[in-house]
Amino acid sequence: MLKPNDLILRTTTALIAFILLGFSVYLFLAGHNAPGGGFIGGLMTAAAIVLMYMTYGYATIRKIIPLNFRLLVPVGLLIATLSGVGAFFFDKPFLTQGFDYFDFPFFGKVELATALIFDLGVYFTVVGVTLTIILTIANDRSD
Amino acid sequence: MNYEGALLDQVATICIVVLSISILLLLYRTLKGPTNPDRAVALDTIGINLMALAALVAIQLETTWLNDVILLIGILLFIGTVALAKFLEKGVIIDRDHN
Repeated sequence: MLKPNDLILRTTTALIAFILLGFSVYLFLAGHNAPGGGFIGGLMTAAAIVLMYMTYGYATIRKIIPLNFRLLVPVGLLIATLSGVGAFFFDKPFLTQGFDYFDFPFFGKVELATALIFDLGVYFTVVGVTLTIILTIANDRSD
Repeated sequence: MNYEGALLDQVATICIVVLSISILLLLYRTLKGPTNPDRAVALDTIGINLMALAALVAIQLETTWLNDVILLIGILLFIGTVALAKFLEKGVIIDRDHN
């Protein structure tokens, strides 16, 4: 079979995948005061990785990202649980979230909340589940 | 509401109506389209019109929080169209190892 020439798709994917990853990080961090959050950020990251899989094929991306996405689900759940358990150290009920203001050299005064850690757990879990589903379906064969 | 606001509101309303007609016509092409690529292109264009619609609704609601939605529709549209095109071309969306 003749190898198809998909130079345009490969070039645009190289550009767009990074924009997608940047947008997903923006959505993840913006979730506190604007639309966004861990769920939609994770979906965007999964979309970027799926786009790379579609363009370059399974074997190539498997080599570039040597990560079993199934592993991200327990890691994410562990992070979310630990962010809830952490409240016990301050004699507060489970899943109590706190925040404080910190001074950074470049960004100035920034509010950092422990809800971000919980969101990180959601993010990892969503990425892991989505990519596991899609790659499992893509990899099965009838013969 | 001041004069410019009222003008913008009315223009946005007219544009929403026109875009809705455009989407209806594209829907006809999606249902009727003789071949599958016709339907894929029509769905792609419906998505682009949907982006414009979201922007006009954001103008009418006087909010900036729909901007993320517009970007999101565009991204998902691109990925969906690439997947559709690849399926029509090759019959497989993600290439397996030995292919």
